[in-house]
Amino acid sequence: MAKTAKIIIVGGGLAGLSAAIKVAEAGGEVKLFSLVPVKRSHSVCAQGGINSAKNLKGEGDSPWLHFDDTVYGGDFLANQPAVKLMCEMGPDIIDLLDRMGVPFNRTPEGLLDFRRFGGTLFNRTAFAGATTGQQLLYALDEQVRRYEAEGKVKKYEYWEFLSAVIDGKGTCRGICAMDLRSMEVETFAADAVIMATGGIGAIFGKSTNSVVCTGSAQGSLYLQGAAYGNGEMIQVHPTCIPGEDKLRLMSESARGEGGRVWVPKTAGDKRPGKQIPEGERFYFLEEWYPKYGNLVPRDIATRAIHKVVYDQGMGVEGQPMVYLDLSHIDRATLDRKLGGILDIYEKFVGDDPHEVPMKIFPGMHYTMGGLWVDINQQTNIPGLYATGECDYSIHGANRLGANSLLSCIYAGFIAGPHALKYAAGGDAPGADLESALAAEKKRQLGKNDALLNNQGGENPFQLWRELGDTMSKNVTVTRYNDRIAETEKTLLELQERYKKVNLSDKSMWSNQSFLFTRQLENMLHLARVVALGARLRDESRGSHYKPDFPERNDERFLKTTKAFYNSGSNEPRIEWEDVDVSLIKPRPRRYDSK
Amino acid sequence: MANKTVLFKIKRQANPTSEPFWEEFEIAHRPGLNVISLFMEVALKPLTRDGKATTPVNYDSNCLEEVCGSCAMLINGRARMACSALVDNLEQPITIEPFSKFPVVRDLQVDRSVLFENLKTVKAWVPVDGTYALGDGPRQLPQVQEQAYQLSQCMSCCCCMESCPQFNEGTGFVGAATIAQVRLFNMHPTGKVLKDERLAALMGDGGIQECGYAQNCVEACPKEIPLTKSISDVGGDVMKKAVLDFFRL
Repeated sequence: MAKTAKIIIVGGGLAGLSAAIKVAEAGGEVKLFSLVPVKRSHSVCAQGGINSAKNLKGEGDSPWLHFDDTVYGGDFLANQPAVKLMCEMGPDIIDLLDRMGVPFNRTPEGLLDFRRFGGTLFNRTAFAGATTGQQLLYALDEQVRRYEAEGKVKKYEYWEFLSAVIDGKGTCRGICAMDLRSMEVETFAADAVIMATGGIGAIFGKSTNSVVCTGSAQGSLYLQGAAYGNGEMIQVHPTCIPGEDKLRLMSESARGEGGRVWVPKTAGDKRPGKQIPEGERFYFLEEWYPKYGNLVPRDIATRAIHKVVYDQGMGVEGQPMVYLDLSHIDRATLDRKLGGILDIYEKFVGDDPHEVPMKIFPGMHYTMGGLWVDINQQTNIPGLYATGECDYSIHGANRLGANSLLSCIYAGFIAGPHALKYAAGGDAPGADLESALAAEKKRQLGKNDALLNNQGGENPFQLWRELGDTMSKNVTVTRYNDRIAETEKTLLELQERYKKVNLSDKSMWSNQSFLFTRQLENMLHLARVVALGARLRDESRGSHYKPDFPERNDERFLKTTKAFYNSGSNEPRIEWEDVDVSLIKPRPRRYDSK
Repeated sequence: MANKTVLFKIKRQANPTSEPFWEEFEIAHRPGLNVISLFMEVALKPLTRDGKATTPVNYDSNCLEEVCGSCAMLINGRARMACSALVDNLEQPITIEPFSKFPVVRDLQVDRSVLFENLKTVKAWVPVDGTYALGDGPRQLPQVQEQAYQLSQCMSCCCCMESCPQFNEGTGFVGAATIAQVRLFNMHPTGKVLKDERLAALMGDGGIQECGYAQNCVEACPKEIPLTKSISDVGGDVMKKAVLDFFRL
């Protein structure tokens, strides 16, 4: 009998669970590591839906058109073959999710309903109320629980990934992780490791991401030699609800269902939004982009809002805010299609969006960049795979709404079987496996000791706040090289100050600030990758916008940014890799024509 | 108003076996604060109200949008999510405690794994044949979907269990959340293939019969899931099954 492949999966969101299901189904043995019970992963936050060209609305939609929209929406920075595969797999993935019991919204005939999202002219987005991510995650969580009950999946919840175990040949042989309760550090051997650790929102301080989305795991792997692709490609979502603790997403589905974005025509108009007559409202997206209207892609909508607020001084009540208005749509329709997200607004802001326009503003939302992977989702480190938001592969320079859930599941479905194939490939670990495991454990224990015994007066949460401030200010919507350079200088200073970080809590039982401080080191390294990539890319492409270089420059920059860690100089080194544009010839990306 | 502050006290506990103790904090008021942002303030400046150095508060949290179910705790005595507890709507001093019916891990973190174990026991899943392409799912009327969606929003926060007088070591009651999930999967066109097994799991000690109809669960649920309706529906099914089982050889 062939030996059972042992696969470690890190992260229990959609990507990690999809991979786990594929591995367990094929008879592999899964160890699933997660910071939180997997049912509480960040995928729950996805609201609006999941794209797939099922063409149930008689519009002549097809996977090829979905592919074209995705590549075009990403401003041609994604390698096309993987995107094509994903779009082709889309309809089967939706059917599978439907069979698993996802309560997708239905048409009167009992078929799946679809709605329109940004960056497309087709109704291509299947949805389950306004909590589609939650519903998809639950369906996969349930299937994994079934495998867990059968003994095929073992969960390690409340565990932190610290690093990969890499042997003398440069092959990944397992991971080193820490139990968040007992704080014990352990190593685990595996035939292959699949990362599914999500986005890097916390590097920008406040974002729409969940608390666990720090990018620490990716940062740690980058320091171990993994290549990081297109780090500078960060999506700022146009419609967020600013909050004290985070920015809460107001789904694009609000616009998909007819929500209109506007500001009063008179700057500083003091009247409540509801009292401003139709003729005195400036529907700037509809005016500037008549074909797509309120459903232009996110980067375009975000820049338009910045323009109307900062350049034209027309923000609502003179503040950095614009209206997102649903109050013209009847209550029953809103409740049926958007209930969940409207509840969020009402709960956290106190106003009822059925009655009054919502006040929103752009916020950091999605990490298009990530660990570099090949078409099989394998990183440049053999035996190490990456899937979902933590990989760079699908979305290019800008992600289209409702493509993230699909890309997570797609990547998991690719990585799982390929990891198994790799495991069966016969490159068995050598005699140095035990020593590689022991050496990595020793290195990580050393880091823990150093942190506990650190002297100095720096508060890690203060350093984090400053990191978020400088990254949000200079490395998000509008980028200037001198300001990015200023941020890079700040990052260096923060790294110096990090050496003097002092924990007020040095206990070794469920010490969350210890864990966070450990993550902060990796976050600072990854922030430098993002900033350097942004500074070097002298063009404007998708979410990456430089007023000094307003055009896309395919000749110089139709290339993937690949960042490697240079341990000698302790800084990132960038290589450029050609993008595979073999299927669709790059063309100018414009959404403002009729 | 310049000096307006927020006064709150937190019940803390270093580890599962140590004694709990209270700490009081006072921070400057800002509009839009929620309970989570109070903890963030403490982490930035770990000092109690009387200026004593302390440690950041440990608590479970993730999405901060009331969909992940992590940050459930007792706030002014009520089981609820800390992210959606807005300071301006709370009476001060705000008292913040861990759930009382789950083992404390540290401070406000408790171990709620019992719910996930219960979901295993009742097979809360649709047993699909496989993940390969097997065609469309079953057709469903929008009315059925709407009913299922309501139940499917349960985020396993355990507020219903904390609030339930019957949920305790004496009864071993499974709790409302699990029963509502049984209703959800028994309602699904293919999920119902396991209906009998799910109902069987809810029979006997700790099963659905332990419910005392206090109705606290439905009031505590942050997602307004029809929990009491689910309990009475599933209770009826369990009863029917018991009668049938009795007459079967």
